[in-house]
Amino acid sequence: MATAVEDQADKRPRPLSDAVVVRFAGDSGDGMQLTGGQFTLSSALAGNDFATFPDFPAEIRAPQGTLFGVSAFQINFGSSAIETAGDAPDVLVAMNPAALKTNVPQLKQGGLIIADEGEFNDRNLVKAKYAANPLEDGSLAKWQLLKLNISQLTMDAVKPFGLGNKEALRCKNMWTLGLALWMFDRDRQPLIDWLNGKFAKDPNLAAANVAALNAGHAYGETAELAGPLKQHHVDPAPVAPGLYRTLTGAEGIALGLVAGAQLAKLPMFFGGYPITPASAILHHLSRLKEYDVTTFQAEDEIAAICSAIGASYGGSLGVTSSSGPGIALKGEAMGLAIMTELPLVIVNSQRGGPSTGLPTKTEQSDLYQAVYGRNGDAPMPVISARSPGDAFECAIEAVRIAVQYMTPVMLLTDGYIANAAEPWAVPDLTTYEAFPVEFLTEVPEGGFKPYGRDEKLKRPWVRPGTPDLLHRIGGIEKELGTGHINYAPDNHQAMTDIRKAKIDGVKVPDQVVELGAEGGKLAVVGWGSTFGPIHQAVRRKRAEGGDVSHIHIRHIWPLPANLGELLKSYDKVIVPEMNTGQLKTVLRDQYLVDAKPVNKVSGQPFTIAEIEAAIEGALA
Amino acid sequence: MNEMTTIARTTTLKDWETDQEVRWCPGCGDYAILKAVQRTMPEIGTAPENTVFISGIGCSSRFPYYMETYGFHTIHGRAPAFATGLKLANPNLDIWIVTGDGDGLSIGGNHTMHLIRRNLDCQIMLFNNEIYGLTKGQYSPTSRVGTTSPSTPYGSVDRPAQPAAFALGAGARFVARGFDVSKELPTVLKAAHAHKGAAFIEIFQNCIVYNKDVFEDFAAPKGAEDRQLWLKQGEPMLYAKGTKGIALDAEALHLKTVDVVDGDWQAAGVIVHDVTNRSVAHMLVEMPFGEFPMALGVLYDDPRPTFEADVVRQNQAAAEGKTADLQGLLKKGQTWTVADGGPEL
Repeated sequence: MATAVEDQADKRPRPLSDAVVVRFAGDSGDGMQLTGGQFTLSSALAGNDFATFPDFPAEIRAPQGTLFGVSAFQINFGSSAIETAGDAPDVLVAMNPAALKTNVPQLKQGGLIIADEGEFNDRNLVKAKYAANPLEDGSLAKWQLLKLNISQLTMDAVKPFGLGNKEALRCKNMWTLGLALWMFDRDRQPLIDWLNGKFAKDPNLAAANVAALNAGHAYGETAELAGPLKQHHVDPAPVAPGLYRTLTGAEGIALGLVAGAQLAKLPMFFGGYPITPASAILHHLSRLKEYDVTTFQAEDEIAAICSAIGASYGGSLGVTSSSGPGIALKGEAMGLAIMTELPLVIVNSQRGGPSTGLPTKTEQSDLYQAVYGRNGDAPMPVISARSPGDAFECAIEAVRIAVQYMTPVMLLTDGYIANAAEPWAVPDLTTYEAFPVEFLTEVPEGGFKPYGRDEKLKRPWVRPGTPDLLHRIGGIEKELGTGHINYAPDNHQAMTDIRKAKIDGVKVPDQVVELGAEGGKLAVVGWGSTFGPIHQAVRRKRAEGGDVSHIHIRHIWPLPANLGELLKSYDKVIVPEMNTGQLKTVLRDQYLVDAKPVNKVSGQPFTIAEIEAAIEGALA
Repeated sequence: MNEMTTIARTTTLKDWETDQEVRWCPGCGDYAILKAVQRTMPEIGTAPENTVFISGIGCSSRFPYYMETYGFHTIHGRAPAFATGLKLANPNLDIWIVTGDGDGLSIGGNHTMHLIRRNLDCQIMLFNNEIYGLTKGQYSPTSRVGTTSPSTPYGSVDRPAQPAAFALGAGARFVARGFDVSKELPTVLKAAHAHKGAAFIEIFQNCIVYNKDVFEDFAAPKGAEDRQLWLKQGEPMLYAKGTKGIALDAEALHLKTVDVVDGDWQAAGVIVHDVTNRSVAHMLVEMPFGEFPMALGVLYDDPRPTFEADVVRQNQAAAEGKTADLQGLLKKGQTWTVADGGPEL
């Protein structure tokens, strides 16, 4: 801890380590997600790289002050490449006792706690199950503690605006944000502009929020003389020049789907049913009508996918989206899309399971469901996104495969990617190759066969309304070529073989090694949102001289053609996953490699340290 | 029906038949319904390529294979959802849903309800045979109390659903009834097609194997005039060769049967059928057979704006004046530029 004398001697912002992790934690009603979001924006404008982790309860308005009602937002920002939301926070802002209790165990030793002591009253302490006030009893000794009566300071700051007590207290988050902006040497103006825009209809409320923001900032400046509060400056991260924005996974998927539909030259139909954490995709797309997007909130998950298949049958790009429980309900319809060989994109924003599980927490436990989870031999391509920006690319890839092979495609993302934000270099769409769909519109030479095939084994796509190509499709086994009903043994064998061969033959890029050498002592193989912690852990271990490489699989099914040989070129393979070992099992099955699982199913992402420990164990 | 798309076309019954072998049991009521539909289509005058039959699972759901149109035999109970996506993708198509009492009211009851309340423009033909045929004879949601079947060897105990009442309760703007061998069925089908919106038609259908002649009490030709009330717009509700009629008991607020003497139905207080009268429609769909004749024909017909038309209208309004500049969309919101020297707003 720095002494007050030093603080007085040097008033310049002090450089900190190249990355800082800050966690804002409070009651669900305290506006922590909003505070975090705006702090994220200020990080972006300051040129920092960053990653965020919103962690909020499943209950809409959990009872105030309770442990399960705590909502937190963590951001890791810095002057070097940031790929995770950070392991342990350096700074914890705790707006009440419950927020302190649930979040302080993760705080870095010696880290800073900023607590609103105004909320540490007897009632709230009981709700948080504290026997004594932790701000007073010395139990927080291993951290630096800054007690501020944020509630009172906010009330004082907004007094001139004559707000009611409740409304005035709701400005607390802006006061806190003001303090955080001061701590990290940030410009307030973009936030002030944003507040004025947000509360344009109520200028008084806007002014009160701005006053709270300014008061928090001013407090930092004047209180610098006392205690642990210091100002830090984090230099901009060296990133490629270009235009940037922040992007969440849900935005990445929505925009990628629209881009994919445009590249395919198709209108898009999105059938959805509200479910956490997938609903955001429906929300984003429902505002994009001018991009030839029709969204339909169906009566249930089954109707959502069936309507999307109906739209694909009609010549649109059918898309549906859900999370595990909803995906389970869609299973039968996926089989029909496979049988009728219609294009479809199914997005699964995975969450903790089984059953309702942990709706707002992240997990990767639907890989089996994606690859194997249907009745019959029902092969389907599966793609997984590693980050919000990657979700954009994966959505385009899913559309491409769906229309080029006339097949449903599952796109896996998870709650972490869906909600987390990262800086995103806005891509130049002219660099993407279009893949326009050609419908069959007249009888081809040699006659029309609804289940005739091209060299990729794709059947023709005929829109109802087309003269001379009338035909019937359905879920009963189809006759080779004609598509008529056919139960004959040889025909079923042949059709099953064709459906498998078509998907096995989907062209996917060769697997690359993200970091490290091709071949060596150890490969760490991941998929999806574990990219960040794996990448950082491998980088650190390599910096220490470890012979370890990072392989991250986007195409879960079919797997890249070179993957088997690649995995066999390492002495050991470990597979960190937020499940009990699903990709591990697939890799063992496909390649007979001795892939070892590294598992975490706590609803929280891996920390870098956890992956480092696994690497150390494997290299020992 | 859809005025945008009624492509006039002269066709014959043969133009609507496929080359596929029809695989229903000999004597099944489905044959008669198929013929009635194939006979109706040329009279409607639409084009086969613009017509789509969509079905779920069950005996009736094999229907699309036998119609020389576009057809989609989907999964159990979900035909309405496929129809909704298809119609939104292409509102010009003329969509017919073929379903049964199990498909449409049991496993798919939810979708039937939502299709009707949304008022998607299509025809829903619900073949009601009061039994599960394809799975070999279990009782269905419309089976009468006491139906013995492989799954109810001691008789079913649950009260049956009433398809027409269900449809009207779900908000249907068109409800009609017919039966498989009735000569009036094409007339009912034409009326359903002429209605713009979700047109619900309950078609009583004889399952010759598992529920033989269960509708004989009103469908048998002998004595039919005493047991069938064919409703016609603007005409008095008369049956039994005009000797009986349906009147309103204004005090008890329910329907009653009355004798008509010397054809003076007005004196007997017989009601004139007004297809737009929703209150009377509610009474007609619940009119108990036995005490009353079976109400057949168009029970209710009062169109409202359709779902797909409203969706299209809203999409157009929301898109008006905006350009589909995706590159611009990607840049929307707060962005920053990283120059070689560092970030700037």
